[in-house]
Amino acid sequence: MKEGLRQSMAWLHSWTGLLVGWVLYFVFVTGTFGYVNSEINRWMRPELPLAGDLLPAAEMLPAAEKWLRHEAGDAKSWFIFLPGRRGDTQLEAGWSAWPEGEERYGAFTRSAIDPRTGLGMKDAVRETEGGDGLYAMHYQLHYMSYDWAIRIVGICAMFMLVAILSGIITHKKIFKDFFTFRPAKGQRSWLDAHNLLSVTALPFHLMITWSGLVFFLFTYMPTPIDLLYPEGPARDRFYERVYGPEEGGATAKHGTLQAMAPLEPMLAQAERLWGKGSVSRIIIEHPLRSDAQVRIFAHNRTQLSRLGPILHFDGATGARLPGKGDQEVPSAAFSFALLAAHEGHFAGPILRVLYVVAGLAGAAMIATGLLLWSAKRKAKHAKAGTLPAGVALVDILNVGTIIGLPIGIAAYFWANRLLPAGWEGRGAWEMHLLFAAWAGTFLYAIWRPAAKVWIELCGVAAAAFGLLPLLNVLATQRHLGVTIPRGDWTLAALDLGALALAALFLRMRRTLIAKRDAAPAPRRRNAPAQEAAIA
Amino acid sequence: MKQGLPLPRWSRTVDWPLLSRILAAVVGGYGLTTIATLLASLLLPFLGVQREEALFAATMASFLLFAAIILCIFHAASATRAWLWLAGFAAPAGILLWLLWPEGGL
Repeated sequence: MKEGLRQSMAWLHSWTGLLVGWVLYFVFVTGTFGYVNSEINRWMRPELPLAGDLLPAAEMLPAAEKWLRHEAGDAKSWFIFLPGRRGDTQLEAGWSAWPEGEERYGAFTRSAIDPRTGLGMKDAVRETEGGDGLYAMHYQLHYMSYDWAIRIVGICAMFMLVAILSGIITHKKIFKDFFTFRPAKGQRSWLDAHNLLSVTALPFHLMITWSGLVFFLFTYMPTPIDLLYPEGPARDRFYERVYGPEEGGATAKHGTLQAMAPLEPMLAQAERLWGKGSVSRIIIEHPLRSDAQVRIFAHNRTQLSRLGPILHFDGATGARLPGKGDQEVPSAAFSFALLAAHEGHFAGPILRVLYVVAGLAGAAMIATGLLLWSAKRKAKHAKAGTLPAGVALVDILNVGTIIGLPIGIAAYFWANRLLPAGWEGRGAWEMHLLFAAWAGTFLYAIWRPAAKVWIELCGVAAAAFGLLPLLNVLATQRHLGVTIPRGDWTLAALDLGALALAALFLRMRRTLIAKRDAAPAPRRRNAPAQEAAIA
Repeated sequence: MKQGLPLPRWSRTVDWPLLSRILAAVVGGYGLTTIATLLASLLLPFLGVQREEALFAATMASFLLFAAIILCIFHAASATRAWLWLAGFAAPAGILLWLLWPEGGL
């Protein structure tokens, strides 16, 4: 590349962006839905109660404990999820079995619990992967092994980092161009939109990409740690020094079965410290054993940390134990803050909306970049009147991903309402229908003429999201007519969000139609010359 | 090339210098990043940084370094130059690493 820095970086930017753009778009879109995973979890289980007054935590705790003692008398860990966080209304509990054979983790079971009777509500609440399913896809993908998926996503994140850095270098007039938008000018407008979206949320894009890599730090860069701290005692000492003593507890049974100290006084102590209704979850390691350990977590609304404030107790005696203490390795402490910023667990409603907006801006940045790539090539080939197969393929992948994925996600929500609520295995089928609908959009994009497919699929996406609140009226008692009068803004926000997405796709469709109608059949102006100068 | 051996048709449509450059960026770049991370993990303790801290911080920064190396490789005047630059950094770093390597591991 015997060219200037900007030219070589522009080349690198457009090709790294193109190669992994579709996977990155998938990661950004599903990850953005992940920022409201908890809210979607409740939306997808309309049997759960509406927002309202909750029972005091001290009254719910015995109900959860009763269920756990009944279901999981010999478990590795118990989990009690108290409602109140991010609009959650339902007491839930779960337990992990002891790992068997070669397993690293034992099987995990989770259920909604009737807070008055302590009975499991598994049959009363529809089975779904909910928002957690979308969240998990953004780094575990789907239909493939975890180890493969995180490496594929890691490579794509590395491409993203290269694309961001080369993009910044390419884009010399960052400040001036920020205030430049030339609408309805074809390729030029795509470039302006791409710049605006990229620069506005640049700190978010950098943070999310780098922290995404740091999540799997020693998986993506294993050799240094393998050589300096080989697996075994050396590695264990390293981890203990960096992450503190392991909190999960040993995976082997040590303590003997015996009575456990009552949990109520521990909860009372936590509520005295943090305030009533401030406890989000209680985790008990090795419950009903002599080496039981109890951790009580606060709703984290203030700390840039992944877990928030925690109290530790000895499960056998009930005595309060000291916490982990201060982080000894500053860069590890910094990495936890970075990961906390990625996850956004601490975000309240306003910051959460900003996270969603930044995530959508990231998705739109990738989408406009992909479209820009194809617009440039089309302008170049317009004179010849032919379209190379590569550009046609990119066009199909673009529309099938940019519009097709949202249609697939809408299908996921439709499936949630339409599949029989009591049907076993429906959770997996909701997922299958997401991918089936998405695959359908690809087939449609191959079959239909390119000029029509964008307009038609935008229409489908607008209908799929726009009619969702209506479907809700027909299928559930959790529609806008109920949620708004009752002040359940968490559920209402999701229906309203679906309408906002519908409006966005409708707007795109209208713009595309206006553009098609305005386009003169034969080319009169010599537009490509000006556009080529930009490339 | 034109009068040399009759190369198979596909090999003429492949952009060999570009392929070499991509290989340099992905494989060579990752290798150099690994060496640099190891070296930083061993050198930082001489400046008073804890050993665990040195490895953790160096590994965190390695992704940024890898990205920077990739940018440099795609800016190099030619693929051959890119490989020479890689070797030019990797060789002394490798030798230093070998000299610093603690007896019998850590």
